[in-house]
Amino acid sequence: MFFDDPVLMSRLLTILTLSFHIFYATIGVGLPFMIIIFHWLGIKKNDLHYILMARRLAKGFVVTVAVGVVTGTAIGLQLALLWPNFMQLAGHIIALPLFMEVFAFFFEAIFLGIYLYTWDRFDNQKKHLLLLIPVAVGGALSAFFITVVNAFMNSPSGFELVNGELTNMNPLLAMLTVSMPTKVTHVLATAYMTVAFTLAAIAAFRLMKGSETSYYKKSLNVSMKIGFIFAIASAIIGDFSGKYLAEYQPEKLAAAEWHFETEERAPLILWGILGEDHEVKYGIEIPYALSILAHSDPNAEVIGLNEFPEEYQPPLIIHYFFDMMITIGMFMLALSFVFLVARWRNWSFVDKNGYRWLIVMGAPLSFLAIQAGWWMAEVGRQPWILRGIMTVDEAATTAAYVDVVFLGFVLLYLILGIGTIVVLRRMFRKRSIEEDLAYYSGGDERWA
Amino acid sequence: MGLELIGITVLWLFLFLYVIVGSIDYGAGVFNAHSILTNKQHILSKVIQRYLSPVWEVTNVFFVFFVVGIIGFFPDSAFYFGSILLIPASVSIILLALRGSYYAFESYGAKGHKGYAFMYGATGIFIPASLSVVLTISEGGFVSFENGVPVLDYTALLTSPLTWSIVVLSLVAVLYISSVFLTWYAHKTGDMKATALMRKYAIIWSVPLIVAAGGIIFELRNHNIDHFESIMQLWWMFAISFVLWALTLRLIWLKRHFGAAVWLMIFQFMFAFFGYGISHYPYLLYPHLTIYDGFTNEAMAISLIVVFILGMLLLLPSLYLLLRLFLFDKKYVKGKRE
Ligand code: HDD
Ligand code: HEM
Ligand code: HEM
Repeated sequence: MFFDDPVLMSRLLTILTLSFHIFYATIGVGLPFMIIIFHWLGIKKNDLHYILMARRLAKGFVVTVAVGVVTGTAIGLQLALLWPNFMQLAGHIIALPLFMEVFAFFFEAIFLGIYLYTWDRFDNQKKHLLLLIPVAVGGALSAFFITVVNAFMNSPSGFELVNGELTNMNPLLAMLTVSMPTKVTHVLATAYMTVAFTLAAIAAFRLMKGSETSYYKKSLNVSMKIGFIFAIASAIIGDFSGKYLAEYQPEKLAAAEWHFETEERAPLILWGILGEDHEVKYGIEIPYALSILAHSDPNAEVIGLNEFPEEYQPPLIIHYFFDMMITIGMFMLALSFVFLVARWRNWSFVDKNGYRWLIVMGAPLSFLAIQAGWWMAEVGRQPWILRGIMTVDEAATTAAYVDVVFLGFVLLYLILGIGTIVVLRRMFRKRSIEEDLAYYSGGDERWA
Repeated sequence: MGLELIGITVLWLFLFLYVIVGSIDYGAGVFNAHSILTNKQHILSKVIQRYLSPVWEVTNVFFVFFVVGIIGFFPDSAFYFGSILLIPASVSIILLALRGSYYAFESYGAKGHKGYAFMYGATGIFIPASLSVVLTISEGGFVSFENGVPVLDYTALLTSPLTWSIVVLSLVAVLYISSVFLTWYAHKTGDMKATALMRKYAIIWSVPLIVAAGGIIFELRNHNIDHFESIMQLWWMFAISFVLWALTLRLIWLKRHFGAAVWLMIFQFMFAFFGYGISHYPYLLYPHLTIYDGFTNEAMAISLIVVFILGMLLLLPSLYLLLRLFLFDKKYVKGKRE
């Protein structure tokens, strides 16, 4: 139809589905964790506000889970439909974590079902809270296992390659690859960070609109604190990810940094425009920073992109993805740090609308950072689907009509995306927090 | 028993479980939509909602389990089926996605919109139909090879009587399974009107079920004589299935032991499903792919089986808890707890 090349269309469809799923997946990892915190605070402090936060968030969670589940199911099938050659190969080596992931889903789905429909069935509220722990663990495990698969694609191991044939498979070693520790932890930390900042953004927004102040203030303070903790964790682990890349996937780091010549004391270049002959204009240059990121040593040598044959060089656009992620990471770190200091010192500028707008911006920015991080990690693996073993071209389906299917999914995601927003808005509008508070505090022990 | 057989048995069992729980879910959606159209909504909606709300996500995981499992145990099937199923499977995914998300949207967001209920019911017809096409394809005769890559012949597929008889069987089975189950469930809730209505549906769909199933065996004789002959060798399994069907119908007819009727119905389908599966052995895709040449390496097979056993140790108690809280809890079922 409009694009006949099945490889290109398979790539576009994969990007589309994963990028859409990752929104919901991130929420699926981070939100149950935040609900646990609120619910626990509520029980400990005997504070209706926190209990209500947990309860209202849990209601919204159902909607995002539903879309997370159906888009996840779409990826699961699409991997085989779009990359049949890859899945045939991968099935032999890396099917184990995918299979484990299904059990994580099962676990999460069962307990989420129970948690949601049993708010009023336990006499002891703590027992009900316990039900949420398997949900949070299941969400984190889903992310864990799928990221293990992705780590394998970046640094395959656990088998031997003899004359182009895979032999001597070890499914466990295939899960424990060199890129796994940094990848898994970075993905988890950034998911928690993103959801915390998203809740902070909602609270800040409601505060500006003059909603129930003490409820949203509490929510804002807790969320910013947790966001700050995970922002630090993300940055530290991100630094380790950089060191991993320098050691095992130097071409990706070099492309992300527009670092062409191997050199010592390498500077880090942020943003900028690539001119002719690979010279960078208008960039922000931080001396020694790349050497530090890559090897923790300002004098260290960092391998440049020119060392690699042209057909194995990743697209240079990942520079922008990388910078987007780092800039946003630093910005959120600073934003939450200033907020916490200001709270501690009783400075009031953080309660002004100007600052609150920045916090509101934090939600879309954090999600953008997640997307940018994945784009950089996945596009930076090009041309490989399984680094060093199989390229994207070899893996893709040859079936016709991938473009038609692509259009179908664009439509589907449009419907799901708009549906999510409309339903969530309606849900929280229908019952404002003021109404909920009045309803639950009327001497009625419904929630306890 | 070889690892291949263990693998395919586990997968077939999970596919069977999905067929049962999925059918209940799909059929319920159809009945719900039908009752809204005929203004009998007040009779059914409550019963259906109470059962469906907590379990739809779990139903979906059975499906995901089968897909991931078959790629794990039989990686070559990813290559064969992945290459040919792009269009039919994408249609199924899109329908599944619309169904799952609109279920959530409608139950938690905009209640009672007729259009949603209607669409929800329609997906309950189209999803089983589109999924059942995979069974047809695996009978062989629709796939050819171009440059070593399998290609699906859509014209042959869509004009084959086998395709359509399998589609019809899948639809009738969905409605029958669902109505037998919901008869029992409505009876448990003490809702006489809903019980009577569901019982009527169960009886209505029972005869077309047997006709459609018989029709497929007949069609197979023209289409895949090998398969037909191995079905004939397993005639006793299908005979047992038939007897169980008659017993189910009898209980429903006599309005007795609706719970036992559900079990009989489940065993009826189990015999038929496994009879079909065993007679299909050893092919995954006739005649190109068998479970032996598509099998994974031994190390992976063993680790998958170990993980499966560990996973079940975790799952079975959790599933039991879910069923106890929602399916067997008297107060919840009767709607006294919301
Ligand atoms: C909120 C999101 C977010 C934020 C603020 C950051 N990251 Fe990140 N980053 C991700 C979200 C992310 C991610 C989406 O989770 C990625 C994509 C692939 C992966 O493993 O994690 C990722 C990948 C990723 C990689 C590539 C790993 C690979 O390809 O194997 C590196 C080198 C970094 N990050 C480094 C950093 C640094 C130095 C940060 C400094 C603050 C940083 N990240 C902040
Ligand atoms: C089994 C696991 C996976 C497979 C088979 C897979 C495969 C692929 C392929 C083939 C591409 C297209 C490459 C390209 O167009 O450059 C891609 C891109 C992408 N993948 Fe992965 N991937 C997997 C895991 C993940 C995971 C866990 C994520 C996290 C969300 C992810 C995120 C992305 C993103 C964001 C892109 C878009 C990159 C681009 O613009 O090309 N992938 N993936
Ligand atoms: C190749 C990439 C991926 C595949 C094949 C995949 C597959 C799936 C599937 C099949 C489901 C639905 C499970 C169900 O039926 O309950 C799902 C849901 C989920 N996925 Fe993904 N996924 C991928 C990427 C990711 C990533 C990168 C994350 C986390 C960072 C993630 C986290 C989750 C979570 C938490 C859920 C549970 C649903 C929810 O709570 O929203 N997935 N995924």
